[in-house]
Amino acid sequence: MIAYIFKRLLVAIPTLLALIVISFLMMHAAPGGPFTQEKQLPAQVLANLNAKYGLDQPIWVQMGRYVWGVVVHFDFGPSFVYKDRTVNEIIAQGFPVTLSYGMTAFVLAVVVGVTLGVLAAVFQNSWLDYVAVGISIGAQVLPNFVMAPILVLIFTLWLGWLPGGGWEGGDWKHQIMPVIAMATAYMASIARIMRSSMLEVLTLNHIRTARAKGLPTHKVILRHALKPALIPVLSYLGPTFVSMITGSVVIDMFFSTGGIGKFFVDAALNRDYALMMGVTLLVGVLTIIFNLVVDVLYAWIDPKIRF
Amino acid sequence: MLSPIDISALALRLAKLDEVKGRSLWADARLRFMRNKAAVAGVILLLLCAGFAAFGQLISPYSYDYIDFNIMGHAAEMGAPSWAKGYYFGIDDQGRDLFARVAMGTRISLWVGVIGTAISVLAGTLYGAVSGYVGGRTDSLMMRLVDVLLSIPFMFVLILLLVMFGKSLTVLFMGIGFLSWPAMARIVRGQTLTLKSREFIEAAQATGVPALRIILRHIVPNLLGIVVVYATLLVPDIILTESFISFLGLGVQEPQTSLGELISEGAKTMRYGTLWQLAFPMGFFMATMFGFYFVGDGLRDALDPKDR
Amino acid sequence: MKKHLLLSTILALVALPAFADKNPRTGEDLANNQDYTYRMLDSVKSLDPQLISSVEDSDVARGLFEGLFNEDGDGNLVPAGAVSYTVSEDKLVYTFKLRPESKWSDGTSVTAADYVYGWQRLVDPALASEYAYYLELAQVKNAGAVTAGTAKAADLGVKALDDLTLEVTLENPIPYFTKMLTNSATFPAPKAAIDKFGADWTKQPNIVTNGAYLLSEVVDGEKYVEVKNPNYWDAKNVIMSPITALVINDEDAALTRYQAGELDRTDVPSGQYPHLKEQFPAEAISTPYACAYDYIINMAAGKGNEALKDVRVRKALSYAVDRDVIVNNILQGGQTPAYSWTPPAINGYAMPDIDYSHWTQAERNDKAKALLAEAGFGPDHPLQLTLNYNTSDAHKKIAVAVQQMWKQTLGVELTPNNYEWKVHTDKLIAGDFEMARYAWCADYNEASTFLDLYTGYSTNNDGKYSNPDYDKLMKDAKGMADPSANYTKAEGILAADMPIIPIYHYAKVDMIKPDLKGLPQHDVMQFWYAKDLYRIKQ
Repeated sequence: MIAYIFKRLLVAIPTLLALIVISFLMMHAAPGGPFTQEKQLPAQVLANLNAKYGLDQPIWVQMGRYVWGVVVHFDFGPSFVYKDRTVNEIIAQGFPVTLSYGMTAFVLAVVVGVTLGVLAAVFQNSWLDYVAVGISIGAQVLPNFVMAPILVLIFTLWLGWLPGGGWEGGDWKHQIMPVIAMATAYMASIARIMRSSMLEVLTLNHIRTARAKGLPTHKVILRHALKPALIPVLSYLGPTFVSMITGSVVIDMFFSTGGIGKFFVDAALNRDYALMMGVTLLVGVLTIIFNLVVDVLYAWIDPKIRF
Repeated sequence: MLSPIDISALALRLAKLDEVKGRSLWADARLRFMRNKAAVAGVILLLLCAGFAAFGQLISPYSYDYIDFNIMGHAAEMGAPSWAKGYYFGIDDQGRDLFARVAMGTRISLWVGVIGTAISVLAGTLYGAVSGYVGGRTDSLMMRLVDVLLSIPFMFVLILLLVMFGKSLTVLFMGIGFLSWPAMARIVRGQTLTLKSREFIEAAQATGVPALRIILRHIVPNLLGIVVVYATLLVPDIILTESFISFLGLGVQEPQTSLGELISEGAKTMRYGTLWQLAFPMGFFMATMFGFYFVGDGLRDALDPKDR
Repeated sequence: MKKHLLLSTILALVALPAFADKNPRTGEDLANNQDYTYRMLDSVKSLDPQLISSVEDSDVARGLFEGLFNEDGDGNLVPAGAVSYTVSEDKLVYTFKLRPESKWSDGTSVTAADYVYGWQRLVDPALASEYAYYLELAQVKNAGAVTAGTAKAADLGVKALDDLTLEVTLENPIPYFTKMLTNSATFPAPKAAIDKFGADWTKQPNIVTNGAYLLSEVVDGEKYVEVKNPNYWDAKNVIMSPITALVINDEDAALTRYQAGELDRTDVPSGQYPHLKEQFPAEAISTPYACAYDYIINMAAGKGNEALKDVRVRKALSYAVDRDVIVNNILQGGQTPAYSWTPPAINGYAMPDIDYSHWTQAERNDKAKALLAEAGFGPDHPLQLTLNYNTSDAHKKIAVAVQQMWKQTLGVELTPNNYEWKVHTDKLIAGDFEMARYAWCADYNEASTFLDLYTGYSTNNDGKYSNPDYDKLMKDAKGMADPSANYTKAEGILAADMPIIPIYHYAKVDMIKPDLKGLPQHDVMQFWYAKDLYRIKQ
């Protein structure tokens, strides 16, 4: 297994390089640049800006310099738009914020979702099942851009219990609404996948045998059924964790958390090339790590799995 | 314990059994589906929504883009749902008939949701099943490609699609399919990995069934459960994603509209006394989702090979 | 968290005894708390005065830094870093006497050399400021040449005659030169700090400032806090402290937080002003803002839509836009219908008599129908057009309304196309559009900032409209003591040629806590200075 992990980490290098090349080419092919604006800049001013940020160089040179900077100095360059800050600084500030409420939301979604899904499957077609399914569909049609204003309306404006936004260094009161708004839909999806997967596992022979032998239901579930039933949930969680980070833009915009999600969209809209590359690489690294963790967990759950 | 010889004999029998039963798979499934009351209710619900989407415009006295300039901007005071005025669902804050707009939105969103999901399911299932089943270097290469696709800045993909192909629904479907299939592929591959080590696959391999046939006849049918569930999760996701893509200038353009667009407008104005702007699109969205859920659940049960 | 609380408590204690319970300038009773929290749309992009290019950044910078002049609540110049100035006979040389008691936050005096350094820095190709063209716009000698790298920084027309005397030489006289000196690009720069810290000089604790406030806390993307600078030359009149800017992207979220008492000032979302005005008459405030919104028509040969090259068609389209509906039913925030390009509230500008501005909409519609029929379009041969706009709620609503107006009155088939901002701009610059949404905000409070845009030689004239008479009027205006007659004539030519369809002039629509005083009421530039703010006792 160690060898496998090591091999995967080695393969990560060409993967990230491919990611850099593709993203670089796409960014530069898209219309408009970081300094394209409604009040057009005079040609000379634009030329100075391009020279300062190296945009006057051929794209291969720009790419080479970028990779060199990242690999040798771990320097992701200056932001083209947020001129007082470097990409390193922006990520160092925004990512912990997103990670903080993102992780909480993630754990909440997994724990509640899995529990709800298991209960619904074990008690299929009982009221518990209907309630669980009802909750999960309800949560799914309440996207975060609807959830967020509803939460603020209730908890800030009417009840006055929670601040309507801001981060304040991660104070718990500021985390509650972002976590709920983010976790709800994912929780619902996890519950649905878990339920269906559990239903399927419960029909497998060795589970039927275990039940027939008179083992109590909770023991059957926990010892034999839960692990194999988790596989589709795990597969779902890999890409989902990453999309929680990139998809946190709504949360960041609405609750002013200062997280990285907003920069993911802003950087693209502003054509802030350096910031965009920085965030893309961050997402790439997270994707690779999470999918690796998921693959390792597969093998742990089902030792028979061969890649 | 069974000896290896017993196992291969059993496998042979199973494989034969599968062939015989295979012929009646679809007829069988249809029968079981029709017996499932919730599934039938789901179909009816979906048909009702589709009917409203297709013919709602004909019932409304107003066109989806007609602005009544006298009430425009006064939705809160003069725009509440009114049978007498012909504004069955009220008006939006632009002075347009919400009934006609919800009908149009449901129509477009159903299209987008169904086609987008279909693309993603087809591409994701095949890709994931092949990757998981073949394994080894092929799997590694295919999954690293998925890693890259999951990480590239998707906004640029969409912007480039827009620039290269212009605005059209086809481009919208391409963009949405492109965004959503890699996650599907990961899920299917994970499931395939566990299926691959089950007895019946090993048995089929032992009897020399070609790989493609194993994938299509044995792997894919056993994936349907998870695929169907994930597909019903994908539909609402895609419908909401569409409103974001429209923001970039791809796809549905004002004065045309979609459910995602209507819901986000409703969410923005819900504090300002026009709750119907959120309630009606949300209601149809929810109804559609319940419909898809029950149909999906029914399909899963009906197609489950183990229940045969 | 605790540390911040402690810090702000100490700051509050330090700040409180600094002023009496009456405003020293107006004599009004002051409230006990004098803190001010407002909404910012986006994070600060830069606090370096020479690099600032956004309105919100300059709002923060005007608290931290100070240039030669400030503006008062009516938009008039007030001496700040300068105490007086003289102009030479030929209007080419300005000599400013600087304020001797003005100090940087590191204790050194603000000298003429700091201004020279700041201005040289602004045009320096190595700094590559987006506002580098500003001094060229102000006609400062050699500004363009320095930016282009063909002249040395020392050749720039700005000199320190002694520590407190600054001399500026212009290439051509312009009547509004001093008005341009309130922009943060022309602020002095602290050379010692910049040399020492390089690009990091605006970060805490490196930053050295000369304004009424000190930067006390920065959480990028979340908040920016300024506290009173006890060494500021006019500190005895500075009441409000601390000043907190909270970054809140979503305007509806910001309004909710305002109503929950978390903010003292926020923007009103479009369409919500009337309700809010009814509920909170003392808090919902709308003031004119020096920006104009129009649809530009592509007049370039071989580009755009040929039908639009016919002035009758352009006029018909313009007449059929019911601007009252746009202003009263969509925006609903005290914006004014535009029949001319320059906002009438601009200082020293007189709008010409534009015929269709005083017709009724019915008259305009009849005239429009006649003109369009004359141009050969009718029910059997409908005019088909496209309109580009960038994604935004208000732009969308206006485009959709105009589409219906043209459809309902003229039978014109308009396809509104929304694009993401950069794509929209790219198409504008490339001339790849038939009609496009455009807006312009004044760089300085004078009509030429608007009218120069549509000269044939302007780089921002994306529709490529060109009329030699118009160009001559605008060129001549540069040398005139009072160019307002030329501006009025130029605007008349625009109305006759109709290369743009003016839609509306902006208003700044805010919710402001009723005890908050000192925000500008009549300044169309909407420059506000934290040092002028105070809360009265209620």
